[in-house]
Amino acid sequence: MDVFIQTLVAGILKGGLYALIGLGMTLIMGVMGIINLAHGQMMMVAMYVTFVLFHYFGIDPYLALPISMPCLFLLGVFIQKVLLNPLMKVESILPENQVLMTVGIGMVLTEVARFIFSSNYQSVRTSYSTATFFIGNISFSVAMCLAFVAAILFTVALFWFLLKTDLGRSIRAVSQDGEAALLMGIDAERIKIITMGIGASLVAAAGTMLMPIYYLFPDIGGPFTRKAFVITILGGLGSTVGAIFGGITLGLAEALGATYIGMEYEDMIGLIMFLLVLLFLPGGFKRLTKV
Amino acid sequence: MAYFEVNNVFKRFGGVAAVNGLTLHVEQGQIFGLIGPNGSGKTTIFNLINGYFPVDKGAIFFEGKQISGLKTHQISRRGIGRTFQIVKPLKRMTTFENILTSAFLRTATRREAEDLAEETIDFCGLNPHREKLAQALPIASRKRLEIARALATKPKLLLLDETAAGLNPSELEEAVTLIKKVRDSGVTVIIVEHIMKVIMTISDRILAVNMGRAIVEGSPTEVASHPDVISAYLGEDYRAQG
Amino acid sequence: MKKHYGPFILLGVLIAFPLVVSDSYYRHLMILVLMWVAIGSGWNLIAGYTGQVSFGDAAFFGTGAYAAGLLTVKLGVSSWWGLGLGGLMAIAVAFPFGWVCFRLRGAYFALATLALNEVMRHIATIWESLTGGMVGVLITPSFVSKVPYYYIALAIAALSITTIHTVVNSRWGYYFISIREDQDTAESIGINTHYYKMISLCLAAFLTGLAGSLYMNYMGFIDPQVVFSLHDISIMAILVGIVGGVSTVYGPAMGAFIMVAVSEVFRTGGFGLLDSVAKATGQPWIIIVTNYIKEAHVLSFGLLVIIVILFLPNGVVGDWEKLKRSILSRRTIPT
Repeated sequence: MDVFIQTLVAGILKGGLYALIGLGMTLIMGVMGIINLAHGQMMMVAMYVTFVLFHYFGIDPYLALPISMPCLFLLGVFIQKVLLNPLMKVESILPENQVLMTVGIGMVLTEVARFIFSSNYQSVRTSYSTATFFIGNISFSVAMCLAFVAAILFTVALFWFLLKTDLGRSIRAVSQDGEAALLMGIDAERIKIITMGIGASLVAAAGTMLMPIYYLFPDIGGPFTRKAFVITILGGLGSTVGAIFGGITLGLAEALGATYIGMEYEDMIGLIMFLLVLLFLPGGFKRLTKV
Repeated sequence: MAYFEVNNVFKRFGGVAAVNGLTLHVEQGQIFGLIGPNGSGKTTIFNLINGYFPVDKGAIFFEGKQISGLKTHQISRRGIGRTFQIVKPLKRMTTFENILTSAFLRTATRREAEDLAEETIDFCGLNPHREKLAQALPIASRKRLEIARALATKPKLLLLDETAAGLNPSELEEAVTLIKKVRDSGVTVIIVEHIMKVIMTISDRILAVNMGRAIVEGSPTEVASHPDVISAYLGEDYRAQG
Repeated sequence: MKKHYGPFILLGVLIAFPLVVSDSYYRHLMILVLMWVAIGSGWNLIAGYTGQVSFGDAAFFGTGAYAAGLLTVKLGVSSWWGLGLGGLMAIAVAFPFGWVCFRLRGAYFALATLALNEVMRHIATIWESLTGGMVGVLITPSFVSKVPYYYIALAIAALSITTIHTVVNSRWGYYFISIREDQDTAESIGINTHYYKMISLCLAAFLTGLAGSLYMNYMGFIDPQVVFSLHDISIMAILVGIVGGVSTVYGPAMGAFIMVAVSEVFRTGGFGLLDSVAKATGQPWIIIVTNYIKEAHVLSFGLLVIIVILFLPNGVVGDWEKLKRSILSRRTIPT
């Protein structure tokens, strides 16, 4: 029983971070209508930013957040402005060229990271990296709990931003109906640029908070991109609330799978869930709530 | 049983009843007009007949056989063609290729398909645009291409969705001529149209719908003078004046 | 005239190639080019013509390779039988996948192919009793000389091009393109879009699987990382398809040639040119640059994806007119 509860706890805590990854992806999905297959690679960049700050400047990962998030915001802005927006005007036979573009971007980010940092595993070891506390027989990782709380805070902040600010409302407007928003005088290109920036900084937050307890190498982006799209599909595309459920579901499924089936199936579980949801629950969990 | 029959059909989208117990009968060789204000469910009716959406309740019969529940391509194979209100040409194919693609449905060889496509192009007067890409056509020709593409599948029943919208008066004239020509060639036509002049001149029978159900059915003059139609279309004021 | 004889002249040149060029390195490269012609043609059929973009061609390639390899290792049957079997096994993967996943449209289908790619790689890695897991499959090549492989690759490439040429000029071709252009329209004119997408996918998978089993036979060694690689197979297939020209019969051939050349240039540092420059000048920075460039082939792929999509979305063959114009624009063209 303890093992089971321990697994649940680990899964939910991890799910909080996944939710953060999924939120950024969902936001981009909603506004741009594309699946960002460079999402995990952006997270990898944020992790290296954190790593550099810790290793060379001695900055604690949690204090690195205000640096890594703006950095990634700028990266997102650059990608959208220079690479994705111009694509709208390109006449191409091939559909899905924007998605393909993000694949290319992901490859470039990974390889550039490899050039600079080599393929070696890196990690950030802080005093609290391995710290745990116990409630009953169940252990809680301090860093994971902090990350979970921070994930909740970011989520609340994002919702406040989307619901209460003008910019947030514009983003929701473009996400619901781009053409109508355009007619209402919203500069859709600018909104897209900002959204990509926000999406990138959300995933940056997740990456930075993962650093104290995780390891890092250039190819880490790919698996996280896959996780991100599994989460987004689970939650129902473009649904921000869904992304949270999707994140926690994936966290739980991975934890349960790792405990009861075997570690090597962790990645597979996400992919199989993804295929099952695509096929039997198109629209994800959003579908279940809105009958 | 009528040639074509929609029998007490229901369709809801979320909480909205788009089609609400609609029944209609069309006789062979008619031009059957479908009128109604915006959002009254006309295009939805086409999408139900066409199998694009499944019906929630009720059934649709064509030549005595049930077609509701079949897939879109099967319904097309049974002999029901359609055009789209918002034209959907195969953009990066030429006019000829567009029509050739649908001509394959009823022909065994490419040679025969080409002949049928030529015939259809002539019939619809699209010869000047033959080699142009569909995305480069002006709107009137695109509407015409919609009809031509549907005709090349040799339909027995043709559903025309606002083929006259957005045309200038001389183009309107040509469209009306074409639709009559289609009817005279033996194809039964159901037409949805907003432009009263067009629908009143060409229809043999007209059904007025509102809120997804039938209001009146009759000859064009009967329908045009019916008080419910006038109020549904033009509002209560107009009815008081008239 | 040239238009009609061009392919035959090209075929003639290719048949004569190994008789003229005896350097086994260039023969090796040409075998790779011909293999990629088959893969690129398959991708072009399903993605370029039918509009169902596949991000997971490696699933079919790897299946073909494993089918051929395991036939030899497990049953002792000559892996050449695996050529046909590889294609069929790829269909065996493609068929159920397409059957369920073709209800997804557009980008979601692309994601599903990506997931298939990953799932197949995991299966090949985890199912050790069958596939040998990470260790891979090793067989003894049938020939020492590269010439027989060359002609078999040429036959496969020619088969691919002929298949595409025949298909796109037939009813199927028109149906495929109409599905790409507008699926609703296609259905409305009586095309069973699900059925024709299946045909297109299975043909594509067959050609890709064939190329996979050729790879097994030729290289003699495979492992899950190599044949189910997202970058080196699936993305490369997309690049071969786009660089040459989406939705053109000879585009993939052009694309295969360019892409194999590009990846070789990077892998070898400009065919050893940079190495000799570095040696001749003795400058340490050139050596460093050379080493970087040699490692940069994935980076170059990524950059190519970006550049090609932005500036050459319909490939060298598809955007030929545009290319010619931009190259010639400075000169006055007599008309």
